[in-house]
Amino acid sequence: MTSVPMTQSSAAERDAAEGPYLQVEDLKVTFPTQDGPVTAVSGLTYSVEKGKTLGIVGESGSGKSVSSMAVMGLHDAKSAQISGSIRVGGTEVVGLSESKMRGLRGNSMAMIFQDALAALHPFYKIGGQLEEAYLVHHSSASKRDARRKAIEMLDRVGIPQPDRRVDDFPHQFSGGMRQRAMIAMGLINDPSLLIADEPTTALDVTVQAQILDLLQDLQREFNSAVIIITHDLGVIAEMADDVLVMYAGRCVEYGTCKQILVAPEMPYTWGLLSSIPDVTASTDARLIPIPGNPPSLLRPPSGCSFHPRCVHSDKVPGDLCRTELPALLPASSGTAHLKRCHLADPLQIYRTEVLPEIAPELVEETR
Amino acid sequence: MFAYVVKRLISGVLVVTLVSMAIFLLFWFGPSSPAQPICDRETSNRCTQTKLALYEKTLGYDNPVYEEYGKYVKGIFVGRTLTIASNDYECGAPCLGVSFRTKQPVKEELVSRIPATFSIAIGGAFLYLLFGVPIGVAAAKRRGTVADKALVSSFLFISSIPYYLFALLTWLYLTITFEVPFFSDTGYFPITEVGPFKWFSGLFLAWVALGIFGCTQYTRFTRGAMVEALSEDYIRTAKAKGLPTRTIVYKHGLRAALVPVVTIFGIDFGTLLAGTIFTERIFEIQGIGWWSLEAVQGRDLPVVQATALFSAVVLIISNLLVDVVYSVLDPRVRLS
Repeated sequence: MTSVPMTQSSAAERDAAEGPYLQVEDLKVTFPTQDGPVTAVSGLTYSVEKGKTLGIVGESGSGKSVSSMAVMGLHDAKSAQISGSIRVGGTEVVGLSESKMRGLRGNSMAMIFQDALAALHPFYKIGGQLEEAYLVHHSSASKRDARRKAIEMLDRVGIPQPDRRVDDFPHQFSGGMRQRAMIAMGLINDPSLLIADEPTTALDVTVQAQILDLLQDLQREFNSAVIIITHDLGVIAEMADDVLVMYAGRCVEYGTCKQILVAPEMPYTWGLLSSIPDVTASTDARLIPIPGNPPSLLRPPSGCSFHPRCVHSDKVPGDLCRTELPALLPASSGTAHLKRCHLADPLQIYRTEVLPEIAPELVEETR
Repeated sequence: MFAYVVKRLISGVLVVTLVSMAIFLLFWFGPSSPAQPICDRETSNRCTQTKLALYEKTLGYDNPVYEEYGKYVKGIFVGRTLTIASNDYECGAPCLGVSFRTKQPVKEELVSRIPATFSIAIGGAFLYLLFGVPIGVAAAKRRGTVADKALVSSFLFISSIPYYLFALLTWLYLTITFEVPFFSDTGYFPITEVGPFKWFSGLFLAWVALGIFGCTQYTRFTRGAMVEALSEDYIRTAKAKGLPTRTIVYKHGLRAALVPVVTIFGIDFGTLLAGTIFTERIFEIQGIGWWSLEAVQGRDLPVVQATALFSAVVLIISNLLVDVVYSVLDPRVRLS
């Protein structure tokens, strides 16, 4: 098991006494299927402090959402086996009774989903859905208090004329407003942990930026721990303090945002960085895609799960990539940076082979 | 909303007009002369060409079809006097014709048979919704379990039996084999004449047959709609809010699942109100269904015409009601 050192900042020091608000250790999520058990997440360890943002990146099916759903306890107990430890504000969530879990959900921790049109109930008014979220955790509050709170939250997330729009149905809102309402609903009980599962995926770019700004403002205001799940490294660069890169259900690289974006040491992360379009590049420049497809979790590749798609595995002596799963070990840029790769000096390869191809103008700076 | 209902009513009137024309034309251009059945009946099957011509003439079948249709429509609004052979029959508005068999105005008989059919339809539908919807919800909640699979397959088995056979077997077992007390004397007994108990006991077995059969179908509809609703994203949201399971299943799940169920129910119920031929015939209930069956067998054209028109009107009204209820259930459907 790997211990996760904290990043340095004054807020972190204050909270360090109590430890990180969310601590996930050796999390494993398995779904039994007709074709055999599928391990969607395994050996996942991370932590998030209050006031900090963790970005989880990875392709579809890499286990990003499955791991956060496990934190929220949203998996059906009959169809998912969860082991390891998830501590939310000191409470062990794995194996917690459903009724206690219900008390935490939407109260101490909340989740924002990607497609707000599908995630909001089409038949109930926005206000009603917000009030419901408030009342379920404030049994002594009156309907009027809840309504006032709903309007206040809608106002807080920047919905114009909240006292009128509170009586609208979700389909009467625009896409950006729906996501704002979703955020208002998530934050209505002032949760200490907010998980945003691809909150901007269904939105157009200008609205994406507004939503990300809003999330950052609200985080500062509420001082909550935030997990943002995305496959967009642009969102990561904007929002995250720490970054966790997932591949085939495992953490393959974990570090501060700067470490991951400037000195990545795992070929999969390089692949993600290579596939970002650059608006300033010439129109002839081509994106470099990661070859192949995400692996089947039913029969994951032996050894390092990325080896069938890795163009650098020939630099590893012997058949190591195929036969042995690399351990999650400290990278060269510091102990806070962990990577799962057999390459002897990955940073050297990144700087001499990968970077000149994807961002030649940065080669000088990093030297 | 009001404008929408008015618009739908107008289009409903148009449809009824077209249906009435179609029915009228169907008999007019049928394989035998429309006067043939009454001629056969009145002459005890010794209908000659001369006699047939007489009936055709008095019934107006020698006139152009649009002229007679005009008289038919006029009769509906202001009434008319019908002549069959040498006898005149007074037929007050709304005149749907005079029965060839009883020589009574069709409208009066139709009205007298409505309570029986409506009693069966309302009671049967009440029973199958009362049991079908909750059982469907319970099955959806336990999706994939042994209980769910057993229930679904046994209900599928029952609803695979043709309804006439199912109703017949129900009647056979309950009245002949087991002679269920009180309820074996089936039929429609007006509540105003014999009191509620006799009314209830006469209809009870018909309700049971209709109720069980409908329940198996509505359980499957509800289960399917519920399974779909419970897999929606907004259910996951409701769960993430920390709502109790009851609220998630009923307030969020069932509310959404009811929309397709209500749609199917509206059409089903309209069909029931238009006459339940098998149920009425098997349980000897003198409703519209049985009456229309007799009319077809006896080639009683005015009655066949009237029951067909009645079905059309009932179905149009029930469809309109479904759309209105739909807009209440689903705010995304705006009626304007």
